Amino acid sequence: MNLPLLRIEQVNKSFGRNHVLRDVSLDVHAGQVQCVIGPSGSGKSTLLRCVNWLEVPDSGHVYLEGEPIGFRWKGASLHEMTSAQLAVQRRQMGMVFQGFHLFPHRRVIENVTEGPIIVNGLDRKSAREQAMDLLSKVGLAEKADAFPESLSGGQMQRVAIARSLAMRPKLMLFDEPTSALDPELVGDVLDVMKDLAYEGMTMVVVTHEMAFARDVADHVVFMDGGCLVEAGPPEQIFAAPEHERTRSFLSRVL
Amino acid sequence: MTVASDPAEGGTFRSAQGVRKVPLRHPWWWVGGVVLLLLIAMFVHLLVTNENMRWSVVLEYLFDAEILGGLVTTLELTVLAMVFGLALGILLAMMRLSANPLFRSVSWLWLWFFRGVPPLVQMVFWFNLATLIPELKLGIPFGPVLRSWDTNTVISSFSAAILGLALTESAYAAEMIRAGIQAVSKGQTEAALVIGMSTSQVMRRIVLPQALRIVIPPIGNDLISMLKFTSLVSVLATPDLLYSAQMIYSRNYKTIPLLLVATIWYLVLTTLLTVAQQHFEKRLTLTRATAGPAGNTRRLRFLPSFGKA
Repeated sequence: MNLPLLRIEQVNKSFGRNHVLRDVSLDVHAGQVQCVIGPSGSGKSTLLRCVNWLEVPDSGHVYLEGEPIGFRWKGASLHEMTSAQLAVQRRQMGMVFQGFHLFPHRRVIENVTEGPIIVNGLDRKSAREQAMDLLSKVGLAEKADAFPESLSGGQMQRVAIARSLAMRPKLMLFDEPTSALDPELVGDVLDVMKDLAYEGMTMVVVTHEMAFARDVADHVVFMDGGCLVEAGPPEQIFAAPEHERTRSFLSRVL
Repeated sequence: MTVASDPAEGGTFRSAQGVRKVPLRHPWWWVGGVVLLLLIAMFVHLLVTNENMRWSVVLEYLFDAEILGGLVTTLELTVLAMVFGLALGILLAMMRLSANPLFRSVSWLWLWFFRGVPPLVQMVFWFNLATLIPELKLGIPFGPVLRSWDTNTVISSFSAAILGLALTESAYAAEMIRAGIQAVSKGQTEAALVIGMSTSQVMRRIVLPQALRIVIPPIGNDLISMLKFTSLVSVLATPDLLYSAQMIYSRNYKTIPLLLVATIWYLVLTTLLTVAQQHFEKRLTLTRATAGPAGNTRRLRFLPSFGKA
């Protein structure tokens, strides 16, 4: 296969004495949906946060379209990026958080237009049109002028997805997007994510929604204790896992 | 409803429906009220009947040109000290939160010093700066001097007062602003970073607007304190409201009436500021409450109430 859109190469990360990621490597190709599953504390979220440099790995590298994240080539050496250069890289990757993190002092539509206007310098009118399209797509056009605090969790998360998509990212990272939601609101968010997957968006999804992983993912990655234990197509991971740790985890959650 | 008897207790159930209810009495409220009213009456009696109050003199001087001039100086001192203090406070707060240990330590030392030294001591100190440093020089550190000024021409009693007040305020403002910035959740910064904002855009567009709303009430309180602290400048012979009154009574010995004039003006100013502050806070509330069905009571709750972070 050709160059992966995202390559994670032997990433290690520790918080104090806690070794959270151990030599994790993973390739994500354009158009793929990869779901990362595993028990709490297995390093799934940290792995995702290392991709866009919210956490800086202690060793190892992450590449987007072959370019290392956080560094630039200068001759034969790698130079650490300034925060402005890093911002340019981050623009190409959207991220959705478990806790939504909408901007509470901005209306829903302003949450979506903030990035395009401030970061990309798009004019206000086109930014609003694009934002309204995205809000209709996630089913929240009528909430455009509301403030985030008046929305339900599921609505907030859909706005957060629209906010990320407004930057036209090459890749979307989802960090347990439905874990903070009431059970009856999970479906709406997953539906939006499914639509996105069918449109061909490249996605890395950390999730506890096994049904979503089984139905939507091209690839399922199982992590435990900071290690990538096994990865493969969902039918293989769910039906015939090779490792005992995968089997025991799946027997607990399925 | 039937009246049922309780077989275990042997008693009968007595319904409270339709029975007259006697509210709880508060006899001590009456005692306290009478004592307070008596004290208030005595105080009003003193104000009205005491000859030494000289209300006619108070009225005569209330709009005296010298007093009004002092009033303007007091307002100038308040505004200038507050503006410099807040600007410096924002800078110090950022330094305090910086990843650079040198910035953090310098900011810490600054706060330690200017919170520890009383503003009055500082003012006298700044006023006498010429004794320590006779000339202020501009040039390359440890190198040639480009320009120099006589310290006594730069440091007037007015600028010494501003320095003392503004530097003290900067230390307090820095702590308030730092707390405000820290009250904005880390998730806000992360969400802004992942849509590609630079660190300065994150600060200006996302963190500071939320932090400043949190610190507006304490800054309003500081403004009111500042107005009162300006009266310290009378020791430097700066003709503020208090010193103007003092100059007049040193000539005509009508001490109490002129102190009353100053008191009345201070009360007028603090009342105006308090009303303005309340109005401003209410408007902040309304601008956000109008948007959702949440209503007035829920506002100013920007702290992450969203999900479990």
